[in-house]
Amino acid sequence: MPEALVFYAFAALAIGASLLVIGQRNPMYSVLLLIASFGALSGLYIQLDAPFVAVAQIIIYAGAIMVLFLFVVMLLNASREDGATWDRSHPIPSTRLGKVGALLAALLVVQLGWALSQLGGRSVPVGSRVDGERLGSVLELGRVLFTRHTFAFEATSILILVAMVGAVVLARREGEA
Amino acid sequence: MIPLGHYLIVSAVLFAIGTTGVFLRRNLITILLSIEIMLNAVNLSFVAFGRAAGDMDGQIITFFVMTVAAAEAAVGLALIIALFRHRESLNPDAFTSLKW
Amino acid sequence: MDLRLLVQLGIIGLTFFMLINASAVLVLAERKIMGFIQQRYGPYLVGPWGLLQPLADIAKLLFKEELRPKGADRWLFTLAPILSVTAAFAAFAAVPWGAETTLFGLLDQPVALGVADVNVGLLVVFAITSMGVYGIVLAGWASNSKYSLFGGLRASAQMISYELSYATALAAVILLAGSLSVREVVDAQSGTWFGFLPQWYVFLQPLGFVIYVIAGVAETNRAPFDFPEAEQELVSGYNTEYSSVRFALFPQAEYINMVTMSAIATDLYLGGWHGVPLLTALGLGWLVFLGKVSLILFGYIWMRWTVPRYRYDQLMSFGWKWLFPASVVNLIATAALVLYFDA
Repeated sequence: MPEALVFYAFAALAIGASLLVIGQRNPMYSVLLLIASFGALSGLYIQLDAPFVAVAQIIIYAGAIMVLFLFVVMLLNASREDGATWDRSHPIPSTRLGKVGALLAALLVVQLGWALSQLGGRSVPVGSRVDGERLGSVLELGRVLFTRHTFAFEATSILILVAMVGAVVLARREGEA
Repeated sequence: MIPLGHYLIVSAVLFAIGTTGVFLRRNLITILLSIEIMLNAVNLSFVAFGRAAGDMDGQIITFFVMTVAAAEAAVGLALIIALFRHRESLNPDAFTSLKW
Repeated sequence: MDLRLLVQLGIIGLTFFMLINASAVLVLAERKIMGFIQQRYGPYLVGPWGLLQPLADIAKLLFKEELRPKGADRWLFTLAPILSVTAAFAAFAAVPWGAETTLFGLLDQPVALGVADVNVGLLVVFAITSMGVYGIVLAGWASNSKYSLFGGLRASAQMISYELSYATALAAVILLAGSLSVREVVDAQSGTWFGFLPQWYVFLQPLGFVIYVIAGVAETNRAPFDFPEAEQELVSGYNTEYSSVRFALFPQAEYINMVTMSAIATDLYLGGWHGVPLLTALGLGWLVFLGKVSLILFGYIWMRWTVPRYRYDQLMSFGWKWLFPASVVNLIATAALVLYFDA
């Protein structure tokens, strides 16, 4: 019973915060609400016997990526922006493209609902078949990561290097050395 | 014990919210944030399925998704900064003409 | 309710209470030690030896007017100190401060002295400490003032830069102990070599200890790394526009962060509550822990009033070009030695 309560609390927080993220006009508030959503997701990961993923979520997503977003929002002064008229319009537009977008989003919701309803085994309680001790062990995670998935691991590190170089090059001002 | 379907419903709802954000919002930063919501929804799906099947791979793939999301956020934000320097606007509708 | 649950709730309450007291005591300790280093008495008028000075300070702060600048963001201006202090207190939750005890035979099952024992405890402390960046950067932004913004941005850039060296030094200790749980790392340091030298990791990892302490000082924005909040440089940086209670929360968060860093340094490198066999046998290991943490906190305060401050570019250059490569070398050397001696 307390487990279900915790799940509903975290799920409600994650969904509620995400809804507010896309509904806010001020990007600064959106970033902070997304951090709250990530925290709730981290709680869900702990319930799924993945403590390392939960902590990595906080360290990487909420602690690093969102700081990057926050810095960019502050650098561009996005929350006080007084640009052209189109920037001061309602966050959800009522133009023709906006209506098409809303239709597509609704279509996606219908599709996802249908796909979920076709899924067998969806009422099986998570964790009823295997124990969580082995899955939650960081030693096991490291072992599998560095033996079976070595290539993906090394490729990811090269990816990060490329992204770092790319970000530095892209954000440079023109004419700088 | 929470059924697997509950986690998947949360993941689907989050993914739908993210997609709605990408389609409907007219602010480049909010669009990037909605993409991050979608990536997190997918992570939740992976971990839930991994738990249900008793496989470690569900957690492992979330690391790769997180890393790719970090790299993509960095490059995407650098692009936004470069775009903003040219047009002084964060509205994607401001970048519709091919000529700078 | 059974007794064990009550005792555990009591331990949580006691930890929280002691943290709040620690920040008050540190206010006084800082001023007294500062005074003695500068060859004068510190505060000595309020209470015997100035012991009631923190009460006077807090009363003064509470009676001040709560200001908010006109252009300041209403929600973020109040949220920033709350975030800072919440992250500071929450980080101490995964830090154990004593061995398992039965409270001198009162309980039949021993209860662990510490709020929580998480199997990834070390990473939890690191994660929550990295959330402390938000309090500072939001305070700088929400104050709608140039000095605050600069102070906030510089402080947060400094914190995230030194987090790298901090984490890599921790990784070397994790290699030695073989576990991410802080309690297990402490218990791995419980024996002695040659009968008299305690098996603390500071002897196995001297470079790591130095790196950790330097990174810890930089993380908490203390001197000599306190450029972003120094009075002579940025008019007190990110907390310039704050007053009264909202202001009081920032130094409190800073002192609690100091206590957490010292507690983790004690747990990881100085053997935690082990080292004095007599007290450990009596179940008073937490006194040893308290003593070691106090020593490190004294080192913090001593360093502040002795060493001059780093300029900001020197600070960032030091963090990225010297400390981080040193911690990577430390990690690789530790990994090689662990492999060699365990193969």
